[in-house]
Amino acid sequence: MRPFAYARAQSADAAIAAMAQDARAAFLAGGTNIVDLIKLDVAQPGTLIDIGALPLAAIEVATDGSVRIGALARMSDTADHTAVRSGAPCVAMALNLSASAQLRNMASIGGNVLQRTRCVYFRDVTQPCNKRQPGSGCSAIGGDDRKMAIFGANDRCIAVNPSDFSVAMLTTDATIHLRGPAGERTTPFLGFQRLPDDPALDTNIVRGELITAISFMPTALTRNSTYLKVRDRASYEFALVSVAAALDVRNGTIHDARVALGGVAHAPWRARAAEAALIGKPAVRATFAAAADAELRAAKPQRLNGFKVVMAKNAMVRALGTLGGAA
Amino acid sequence: MIGAPLTRVDGVAKVTGAARYSYEEPVANTAYGVIVTSTIAAGRIASIDAKEAQSLAGVLLVLSHENAPRVKADAGDRKLQVLQDDAVFYDRQPVALIVADTFERATDAASRVRVTYDRKAPATTMSSPGAQTYTPSQANNNPPDTTRGDFDAAFASAPVKLDNSYVTPTEFHNPMEPHATLAMWSGDELTIYDTSQGVFPRRASVAKIFGIPDTSVRVVSKFIGGGFGSKGGTNPYCVLAAMAAKVIGRPVKVVLTRPQMFGGFGNRPRTEQRVRLGADRSGKLTAMAHDVRSQGSRYDDFIENAAVISRMLYAVPNQITTHRGVRYDVVTPTYMRAPGESSGSFALESAMDELAYATGTDPLELRLINYAETDLSEQKPFSSKSLRQCYAQAAQRFGWASRKAAPRSMRTPDGLLAGYGMASSTYPSNRSSASAAATMHADGTVLATSGGCDIGTGAYTAFTQVAAEAIGLPVARVRFDLGDTTMPPAPEAGGSQLTASVANAVHAAGVALREKLAGLATANRNSPLHGRQLADLAFGDGRVFVRAQPVTGERYADIVRHSGAPSVMARADVQHDRRAKGPYSSHAFGAHFAEVHVDPDLGTVRLARMVSAFAAGTIVNAKTARSQFLGGTVWGVSMALHEEGRIDERTGRYMNASLENYLVPVNADIPSIEIILVDEQDEFVNPLGIKGIGEIGNVGSAAAVANAVYHATGKRVRELPISPEKLLT
Repeated sequence: MRPFAYARAQSADAAIAAMAQDARAAFLAGGTNIVDLIKLDVAQPGTLIDIGALPLAAIEVATDGSVRIGALARMSDTADHTAVRSGAPCVAMALNLSASAQLRNMASIGGNVLQRTRCVYFRDVTQPCNKRQPGSGCSAIGGDDRKMAIFGANDRCIAVNPSDFSVAMLTTDATIHLRGPAGERTTPFLGFQRLPDDPALDTNIVRGELITAISFMPTALTRNSTYLKVRDRASYEFALVSVAAALDVRNGTIHDARVALGGVAHAPWRARAAEAALIGKPAVRATFAAAADAELRAAKPQRLNGFKVVMAKNAMVRALGTLGGAA
Repeated sequence: MIGAPLTRVDGVAKVTGAARYSYEEPVANTAYGVIVTSTIAAGRIASIDAKEAQSLAGVLLVLSHENAPRVKADAGDRKLQVLQDDAVFYDRQPVALIVADTFERATDAASRVRVTYDRKAPATTMSSPGAQTYTPSQANNNPPDTTRGDFDAAFASAPVKLDNSYVTPTEFHNPMEPHATLAMWSGDELTIYDTSQGVFPRRASVAKIFGIPDTSVRVVSKFIGGGFGSKGGTNPYCVLAAMAAKVIGRPVKVVLTRPQMFGGFGNRPRTEQRVRLGADRSGKLTAMAHDVRSQGSRYDDFIENAAVISRMLYAVPNQITTHRGVRYDVVTPTYMRAPGESSGSFALESAMDELAYATGTDPLELRLINYAETDLSEQKPFSSKSLRQCYAQAAQRFGWASRKAAPRSMRTPDGLLAGYGMASSTYPSNRSSASAAATMHADGTVLATSGGCDIGTGAYTAFTQVAAEAIGLPVARVRFDLGDTTMPPAPEAGGSQLTASVANAVHAAGVALREKLAGLATANRNSPLHGRQLADLAFGDGRVFVRAQPVTGERYADIVRHSGAPSVMARADVQHDRRAKGPYSSHAFGAHFAEVHVDPDLGTVRLARMVSAFAAGTIVNAKTARSQFLGGTVWGVSMALHEEGRIDERTGRYMNASLENYLVPVNADIPSIEIILVDEQDEFVNPLGIKGIGEIGNVGSAAAVANAVYHATGKRVRELPISPEKLLT
């Protein structure tokens, strides 16, 4: 751990301006990720700009019915909010299955989306890592790759995104609201988190930008959703594999579907092949199994994680089965 | 009072933070050391560039092999020869110590030390090229190899034969309190506050390393946040703290980081165990071979004595057991809760379960068929053995009779696979010489002392009870102190021996004290007890009195006051050679019964419930004893389902070096576990009839869970932990 300066921002604009003053500055919200990374020497910020006091914690329902989650809303408050629980049950479930109660009471929603991978090679500064030190190589490849990606990886990075919330949000066509030196902008949640074409970049955030909110519109589809998380122990662990699924079933036929996988890629993995295999088909187990097969066909497991393919397939069938149709 | 479920006497101090652990000892002018560890597993240090670190404010010292004081070369393990040369023989080996005026500055400076290496390709597994198998001279103080009868002939002719291999992974202790030391010198006298399981063994070891007499070293260890064996032997951090304190002439504190707790400072070694069982068609054993290969370092000998349990647990006439060490580029392993018995019981009790299915015998019935009435390895009767009662009481409580025999035949209401499994447990009843003192003050309170350590298990409480009972006082008037080499000597809290050793000494000191007080009274002309014979006297409630006429007596406080001295002290030294063989074999015994639920699609295993029964002679405190049995049992669940040090085979580095990635159960993983204390009196094991209980809970519990997983799924997993991929693929 290196010494760093600490500053408390009084406004979003002041925080953004402060960021421009120090090329090694970083924002501090709940602190549940960056403080870890500072202790591990992975992050060496010059200044920590504490945005905790900014008025960005509200969770509001707009007149058009859309739900806007302030970036500083705690994971626990978000999970407990009626609009979230009814509008996108899988989001509340994903949050409640994340971390521990203590961490959920500290961690912010914006920070959750920006949290860095738990790859043990990334978190050990003695090991080469393209994400930490571009060009140094990926030591996870050929190493202990049990928890690594089965989709979208390349020869530069096989790490996975640890966020449960982000996986669930992919069922909602959500929007991320940002404010930065160039003003405000919005961007679709899907695609905000990147595959590792450039492993140093986790997301499409621009330096100096602050996430201010995440919004989504509840629909018949998002209201019928679930989240299934599979892990080595019963609680307090990141997913080996997780599934967020939403189904709009009308008269036994799947009218619309969203499926996303966690623990399998550098970003939450939207299962488009599965969705295509679901829509228009009867909501029965055979459909779910065919959809899971369709998605996992493209999986490329590492040396030690072939089991994730089977696990993901079975988890998808299980999750879809709880949403409707005959089991 | 012995046996009562007394609440911990140190409980309030612990939960309020008043209990002071070694690193918290406030000493003026303390400096802080942070260890820099190697990032290679084999080779040499080529250079150490500490210029940047040294230039930082507050940095007092950079210690490395280039400038470290020399220590005695023949003083124990090679790993204690810390910073003596440029050789690196395991990953996370200390290569430098940074000392600064604050912990934070030392931490910062340590991260700026640049070490380069001449790296050799390390051997990182038992089967790597360069790994060397050796025959040890002993296996944790047991003969490495034994034979009885004619195994080869009996196995060859056995109608039922099993030959399987079992693997237990490298495991790490990770007590909540990491290793920590405060070291300070006064001339040639060294005082260390250390997280130690035994202050006297630590004193001897440290004195030897620095080449000074034992009497020049004082070791204090008042509160310990868990040890589990990791704080038994002396570790490099302790030597480093003392070295640095000598060099800078200031007290130095050193504490390990959580990642440093993995890999560089000892662990339970990985074992590969081959078990061959020969039996008749009823399941009666005729032959058993248990061959163990145990992970080892390049330099030091440490063997996980996994086959020792097989020598005495069942009545098998023809047997071979062997232990071999396998040297590769890893740190020297060390004791971890039930070293040997824990990993060995996984192999033996899994094999017995396999034999049960192979012969169509109920697993519990199979144990009874092979029940050992005597210890065949020592050719002696047991001083007591209540394993039958353990089986019966636990099976009854568990509802073992409702088990369906066939694997994969039971389901939960929500469609998960359910399985029942059981296993036996045993641990030897060890004891060593110990001394204790008891002092009666004029206010009628007693201070009793012995230099044992309370590693968090309740020693303060147990010995308070023993002293109170021996002297004849309410526990509220007894204070027990421990953990200091200025006190009467005691052995280390290891091998489940502390209570059996120290309690007998405390009891003897208490009896000596009350008799000394009685002697003062009967010799005192003004005492109502003047002229009475000791044999006619009784003790209780803070006084000595005539047994036949209890109103005639004198209060202890008054006896002290009348003696003219401020207090009256008595001491007892109870000699016992731990290796001496008496006419009896003494072991505690137990039985575990577990139910697991397995998700057949996802491969996840969750414990549903467990019932475990133990018989261990006199129980000193029913509450803390239950916690001991329970904690050991939970650890076995953890061993079965979670724990595994995951080494990167290219580098020899354990990569899951955090409590995030080195899994142990959380509350949600541990449902109801019921502990049954089976009543047992043992009049031979030692005067108070105490058998150790610290480790037995950890023996057999992993096998019970693994056997339940087999029953649930029909899939035998012979390599721990039972993670989802082993059931899915």
